Amino acid sequence: MKTCLIVDDSKVIRKVARHILEALEFSVEEASDGKEALDHCETSMPDVVLLDWNMPVMSGMEFLKLLRQRGHSDQPKVVFCTTENDMAHIRAALEAGADEYVMKPFDRETLHIKLQLVGVA
Amino acid sequence: MVISDSSSRILAGLLEARTGQQLTLNRRWRLETALNHLLRERGIASIDELITILVMGKEPSLAGRVVEALLNNETYFFRDRSPFDTLARSALPELAKRRASTKRLRIWSAGCSTGQEAYSLAMLFAEEPLKWQGWTVDILGTDVSDAVVQRARSGTYTQFEVQRGLGIAQMIKWFEEAPGGWRAVEGLRKPVRFQVHNLLEPPPHPGGFDIVLCRNVLLYLDTETRERAFERLASAMTPDGWLMLGAGETVIGQTKKLIADKENRGLYVLDGSAGSAERRVA
Repeated sequence: MKTCLIVDDSKVIRKVARHILEALEFSVEEASDGKEALDHCETSMPDVVLLDWNMPVMSGMEFLKLLRQRGHSDQPKVVFCTTENDMAHIRAALEAGADEYVMKPFDRETLHIKLQLVGVA
Repeated sequence: MVISDSSSRILAGLLEARTGQQLTLNRRWRLETALNHLLRERGIASIDELITILVMGKEPSLAGRVVEALLNNETYFFRDRSPFDTLARSALPELAKRRASTKRLRIWSAGCSTGQEAYSLAMLFAEEPLKWQGWTVDILGTDVSDAVVQRARSGTYTQFEVQRGLGIAQMIKWFEEAPGGWRAVEGLRKPVRFQVHNLLEPPPHPGGFDIVLCRNVLLYLDTETRERAFERLASAMTPDGWLMLGAGETVIGQTKKLIADKENRGLYVLDGSAGSAERRVA
């Protein structure tokens, strides 16, 4: 079973994402900011991270840059999942090492295909 | 809102008369959802009131709007993925050889809804510019609904629509930010055109399509109407052309004009065509 770490400060989004991911047979862990997610990755590296952009303590972008700087250049796969929906943010995310990008709102089909495209579903 | 049987029957009859499609049981439950926007827009209190207006013929344009609302326009880019892999891996390379002298290809996306299938096909060609350099590729998308054809022509999709089926790198390569969402870049729009067309009418001009895609459309037709639609589709194909249907759809037991292409799962060829004879020998 593949593991997914949902990183989002919104309980509601985490709940919705968990519901979709569990239906896709993922084992799901949660973190509410980038710092918590980084700590989680130090002890247990997930197959994929579903990552919000704007969060307190540490943003999704800060988390991603630190994660990739620590030598995790290919794993885990990182899928941004955010309301930052313009070309500039998308390009910045890809340059920082994101593998995919989901713009909120999204549905199960969209997320499933994105996870297939990064090779974890 | 309770919808009476007689209202359901009238709506079913209207849909069938205009499009040949059946209002199947699994679509009847969503009548209210499908028509809700139209009812609010026109200030009509209930579906029964809508039926009264239709029957009285007070607003002739309303029937067309009702039919458009009842159609299932679900689609997304590279829907089901594997059929597009089959095209890219088998059918298009084979056509590149067969049409090398004319360098012309015609593809018909029949029942194209808002156009994502047609633009997905255009991406298959655009992703390999050197291979298709000097070719004239004509991708025609047709749908019975004028509203969706207009949307398809615009090539503009909401952020929700544009990411359904597309990887992010593909999305930012072929779409640009535009008022109302994301618009297909000119290079992607160029080989694609759209027109209103009913599958049960003679095929769109000029015919002679090398590939016809008709996915998740025929399942809404009754057996007899579906057979007529298959005849129309078959008559639009080149003798060595391919038909692609939706997942779960087949020609078996539906028409004598087409048979499965055993080498390419999900593709169908004309029965008795050169292609099908070769495949039988093999």
